Amino acid sequence: MPVDFNFMVGGEAGQGVQSVGFLLAKAFARGGYHIFSDQDYESRIRGGHNFSRVRVGDDRIGAITESVDILIALNRDSIELHQTEMADGGVIIFNGEKVKDIGSNGSLFSIPLERLAREKAGDKVVSNTVALGAALALVDYDREILNTVLIEYFGRGKIADGNIAAADAGYEYAKAEYRGEIRHLKPISTIKRMLLNGNEAISLGAIAAGCKFMSAYPMTPASPIMEYMAAKSEALDLVMVHAEDEIAAINMAIGASYAGVRAMTATSGSGFCLMVEGLGLAGITETPLVIIDGQRPGPAVGLPTRTEQGDLQFVLHAHHGDFPRAVIAPADVEDAFWVTARAFNWAEKYQLPVIILTDHHLATSYATVEPFDLGQVTIDRGLLFSSRDEEPSEYMRHRVTESGISPRALPGLSKALVVTDCDEHNEEGHLTEDAGERTLQVQKRLRKLSSLKQEISTPRQYGPQKAETTLIGWGSTYGAIHEAVDILRKEGASINMLHLSELWPFPAEAVADALSIARNSYVIENNATGQLARLIKTETGKDVSGKILKFDGRPFTPAHIAEAVRKEAVKDGDNVRLCRPSTDVVSGLRQFRHPESVK
Amino acid sequence: MFNSLHGRPVPPAIGAKIANPALVVIAVSGDGDAYGEGGNHFIHAARRNHDITYLVHNNQVYGLTKGQASPTSDVGFITKTTPYGATNPVNPISLAIVSGASFVARGFAGDVEHLSDLIKKGITHRGFALIDILQPCIIFNHKNTFQWYRERVYKLESENGYDSSDKKAALEKALEWGEKIPIGIIYRKELPVYEDQLPALHKGPLVTQEIAPKRAESLLAEFM
Repeated sequence: MPVDFNFMVGGEAGQGVQSVGFLLAKAFARGGYHIFSDQDYESRIRGGHNFSRVRVGDDRIGAITESVDILIALNRDSIELHQTEMADGGVIIFNGEKVKDIGSNGSLFSIPLERLAREKAGDKVVSNTVALGAALALVDYDREILNTVLIEYFGRGKIADGNIAAADAGYEYAKAEYRGEIRHLKPISTIKRMLLNGNEAISLGAIAAGCKFMSAYPMTPASPIMEYMAAKSEALDLVMVHAEDEIAAINMAIGASYAGVRAMTATSGSGFCLMVEGLGLAGITETPLVIIDGQRPGPAVGLPTRTEQGDLQFVLHAHHGDFPRAVIAPADVEDAFWVTARAFNWAEKYQLPVIILTDHHLATSYATVEPFDLGQVTIDRGLLFSSRDEEPSEYMRHRVTESGISPRALPGLSKALVVTDCDEHNEEGHLTEDAGERTLQVQKRLRKLSSLKQEISTPRQYGPQKAETTLIGWGSTYGAIHEAVDILRKEGASINMLHLSELWPFPAEAVADALSIARNSYVIENNATGQLARLIKTETGKDVSGKILKFDGRPFTPAHIAEAVRKEAVKDGDNVRLCRPSTDVVSGLRQFRHPESVK
Repeated sequence: MFNSLHGRPVPPAIGAKIANPALVVIAVSGDGDAYGEGGNHFIHAARRNHDITYLVHNNQVYGLTKGQASPTSDVGFITKTTPYGATNPVNPISLAIVSGASFVARGFAGDVEHLSDLIKKGITHRGFALIDILQPCIIFNHKNTFQWYRERVYKLESENGYDSSDKKAALEKALEWGEKIPIGIIYRKELPVYEDQLPALHKGPLVTQEIAPKRAESLLAEFM
């Protein structure tokens, strides 16, 4: 029987939901399990309702799923909001001494969390860890692994000791008092995998690629990237500047890149709005740049702590005028590392801005990944000026070449004078209004895209080569669609997946081919209008059969996609339909009810 | 030479300076660019005391777009965008001082020798150096003309006992405008420079440091 076990931790902001979730994930990752863990939280520092899901499996997992096997409910709301999501045999761990009159749901298992924390560990503040220990007992997991993780998390000392005592107390209590069936989740191997989220993978990719300069302005969900870069700045000899606004952030990165350093910035949609002016500056001065846009629901402030894939059309077209850019949307945590590391090569080789689209779901969800093989990270700085090849006195920053790429001299490092201008310019880089020079420069810049197009790989395919139905997605929906294909194929469906992580330049041929093979094609997107579907139409001329869209700020689950596909399959015609999951499969609609409305 | 967007020479100047501190970095603006469009960048560059020199050609009007009022236009200055007269102007000298700039000077295009000396001193100063340059626009500003300035400017150097390291005295001088306009170094102090506290730069410019993917190996271990 394959392992697919789901923990959920629920509570108010400030109660430690994310910490408990992380410790659970870490403990099982150490035992050789594959993990996928997401964070659902409100835009507030205290109160409200937050939860974290930790999905544990013996094979790679790329998505969250609905049913909950063990819920650690740190408050009453968590029980009321999630008790209908419990699987058969599921358990809700809660503190019955604090939460009373909660009804008689068979899943409820009361543990005196605070009393045990006080009695066995000396302080009620570690009551969460009591629950953690209890959860491990219910699956007969190795408690030593948790203790090791606790020491690493808190550092050796009184705090770790207190937490270990608390975990032991919870473990003993559950072992002694639980009357239901104990599942057995034993460690399966000692394989060391990394447990990290998309933001961390991006940061590592940038550092591995030699990014030495980052300037940014804090914005959810991208802020952890600038914080990680700042934390590693001394050890890795890089600089992270917290700029006064996003306009400064992108312009500083451009200045650093002009001076010859691999540079990046990171933000979300609203921040990117402010960076749009700078994007064109990078474009016309042909300054390499990497920009991370961690998407979240918009427009404007939208849902700050939730997820969406709403910026695709925006970043494709942002700024006025025509100039080349690249747009990449990594499929998962592992892809995020490689895509980022390669983005710096693209930026420097083609001397253009590269936009990496992630989203809150990918940025903040944890996954286990085999350690990155840094030997596979290649550095290609493109065509750099050398005084061996060219007379410095004859150097022209924007020399017109067949490929459109001009040798790039770095100011002050040779006798070449490096001139560039945000105004249209001649080959020397000086401002010009000459019609001929203008035409040459525009064509030269656009020509670079043909070279970049050679680097685009075919989109990922999963499932049989030919199938009746093809599901098409982009970015972070990879894992959920992948699993939905598995679910549907088990039911006998003829179905496969086409997944794009390179959006611009667009792999038009590959997509057109895939669409001509499948009888039905459904685009699956976390936005309201089917932005990829529109892109497919403009670039291939082809329509998809239908769109499965979700724009409530929450990520897709495989079951949700599978249900939507089943519904699409029975209807006639080409009508676009919004997906409404059946209530007995998905509890998604319940997730976004405000706690108050439950009563 | 990097010709940047209106209002935005300061951030790229900062980026370039951090990438390669061996470069002498000078940002050049007009008054609208520096004190209007780029106002936020101006304040924070001064606040963080980045080691760049900022030359602002202050003609108290938007010349290139043909004569609109600027943030430093005198009160009552009539233009097509200020038909009832411009309002309270930005005072760049006092703004620079209170924002934390460590070198604040004002020059006059009518005294090139004096101005050149100010620019040299600004460049050699370690930290953010502002030189606000009174530079009449003969086409669009018929109020603040060369004649108008010559009647009003006086050099701080010729004032005995002026101590440019005294912030309060500097602020008083900064508020002098109208009948008497001080030029010269109004405020100068050695203050902590932003670039000095970046450990990465202690090893040399970022641009000449090695790119080695293997250096990330120790970071991977932290996630296992």
